[in-house]
Amino acid sequence: MIALLIRDFRLAMRAGGGFGLGLAFFLIVVTLVPFGVGPQSTLLATIAPGILWLGALLACLLSLDRIFALDWEDGSLDLLATSPLPMEALVTIKALAHWLTTGLPLVLAAPVFALLLNMPTEGYRPLIISLLLGTPALSVIGTFGAALTVGLKRGGLLLSLLVLPLYVPTLIFGAEMARRGAEGFDTTTPLLMLAGITCGTIALLPFASAAVLRVNLR
Amino acid sequence: MNLNALWEYANPKKFIQTTDRVLPWVAGLAALSLVFGLIWGFFFTPEDYRQGSTVKIIYLHVPSALMAINAWMMMLVTSLVWIVRRHHVSALAARAAAPVGMVMTVIALITGAIWGQPMWGTWWAWDPRLTSFLILFLFYLGYIALWEAIENDDTAADLTSILCLVGSVFALLSRYAVNFWNQGLHQGASLSLDKEENVADVFWYPLLVCIAGFALLFIALVLLRTRTEIRARRMRVLLARERMGA
Amino acid sequence: MGLTVSDLTIARGGIRVLEGLSFALGAGQALVLRGPNGVGKTTLLRTIAGLQPPVSGRVKVPADALVYAGHADGIKATLTVRENLGFWAQAFGNSDITGAMEAFQLAPLGERPAGALSAGQKRRLGLARLLVTGRKIWVLDEPTVSLDVEAVAMFASAVRAHLAGGGLAVIATHIDLGLSEAQVLDVGPFKAKPLEHDDFDGAFL
Repeated sequence: MIALLIRDFRLAMRAGGGFGLGLAFFLIVVTLVPFGVGPQSTLLATIAPGILWLGALLACLLSLDRIFALDWEDGSLDLLATSPLPMEALVTIKALAHWLTTGLPLVLAAPVFALLLNMPTEGYRPLIISLLLGTPALSVIGTFGAALTVGLKRGGLLLSLLVLPLYVPTLIFGAEMARRGAEGFDTTTPLLMLAGITCGTIALLPFASAAVLRVNLR
Repeated sequence: MNLNALWEYANPKKFIQTTDRVLPWVAGLAALSLVFGLIWGFFFTPEDYRQGSTVKIIYLHVPSALMAINAWMMMLVTSLVWIVRRHHVSALAARAAAPVGMVMTVIALITGAIWGQPMWGTWWAWDPRLTSFLILFLFYLGYIALWEAIENDDTAADLTSILCLVGSVFALLSRYAVNFWNQGLHQGASLSLDKEENVADVFWYPLLVCIAGFALLFIALVLLRTRTEIRARRMRVLLARERMGA
Repeated sequence: MGLTVSDLTIARGGIRVLEGLSFALGAGQALVLRGPNGVGKTTLLRTIAGLQPPVSGRVKVPADALVYAGHADGIKATLTVRENLGFWAQAFGNSDITGAMEAFQLAPLGERPAGALSAGQKRRLGLARLLVTGRKIWVLDEPTVSLDVEAVAMFASAVRAHLAGGGLAVIATHIDLGLSEAQVLDVGPFKAKPLEHDDFDGAFL
């Protein structure tokens, strides 16, 4: 299991774009927002939590189709399926690798981007906690979507169409928590809900992902 | 009745034979109750003292909204049947129901907007229920797109079934999430046990007829579309067999 | 250790391709599958490997004893030869790759990124993977594609050593590997006959 994680990590480092691409995309989104809505710092501060969450979500989405597509093309997926690694573990590792290379850098970079958007400083902590809690769910759900569309030639667009509705609960609670935090309200309820959704998806969704991957390998 | 006898209808041939007999009746009844219910509702009920004539859109709005959700439920059940018992008709029925459910969702959204304009003064508000239906629409869209994208019929049936299962859980989650996110302006459920509070009898009876009409219409459309799917599938198989030189 | 296939019927894309297949292999035995293109050799091998379910019949394989090698080698272009092989060794719970490197003369290429290899060298790397898995049953689909004569000989001796060590192999190939001890099975005669139109399930199939 560790071997697969290390390999995926190495691949992400060497192929370039593993770490960088998602972050760059995040930066571009954050840069473009003021051009779209105007430079007033009060307005930016109000919408900052939502923009940051949306940006993180889209950056996550961007790299989803790479989770299985490359292994599918070069036949690794067939070989991994006959290896001692259970399929459920395989998809979990893949999701973890995706989170480590995409989600975690986004979480770490979020304060810098929050600064760009004039977010009040007391909102930083809830923002980071919400992203830290929420992005693993995004990766796990995304892995399910990637497993669904792995055999398809033009799976990219379909993948977004399938995954984005599944992101709704995570986005709602995550952004709500960040927003409440920035406005100085109590964040306990969305925090608990977000944690619940993340734990639930991590616990259950790998079984669905493994099932669809098996179907797709037939 | 022996429950096992039910599975006989999962045989496509038997299904076609049975629906041959049933379909005209269901379709006829649907047309009858819809015409009757809608005319009754639109022309022979008094105007609401607060909402005026706009309230009459409930004869379209409520039944279509109900069917939008029930269609997804039906897809969930047939998907489960496919996963557990692997009856092709079941998977094809789920496939057949999806566009019908999607159209019902669109009708509910549009009539909601038309009703909302005079009531709330806006065509669209991010009210939890409207938002939930928009999300439901997206789920239908993804489900149908996945069916269309996959060439192998069995693979498509497997994948869409699992998507339907997972989607149902997330749709439910979204429903509660959306409720939490915005408390909303929607009136309470129009259909509940304490109906007198919400809808008076004069509106209630024609509404019931309309709901029955929509349900029958849904069943008729799904039966019709399932028959088409079965025949289309059979044609694909025959063509494939011809290519194989059988 | 053994592989038993009994009365197997398999399908590709919902169409039955082969039916009534039975064979049994014991330790040290090899089976070479022959048959025209598109007859269903790949489907058969994937079914044996457990990647797809049979329509009917049984494949009996001991748990965790099988390794499959298909048309693609599962090689990552940005990893070196040694890293590629090392990963597969670890994935199957082993660590020693020197034997495999030597058997396919990959040692001089060890530090080269796999993307820089020629097609034949990549194939050798893909075959070396079989050795590092330590699995007893090899299921190989056209293993000699893009190999030169010398590399084919390397492969044949690797198979022979594997069989001598109590392993077994099922190989779909068109060329003569010079494995005199291998049984040959022509799958052509097992081509599935179409079902009657109104069979069960209203004859989709």
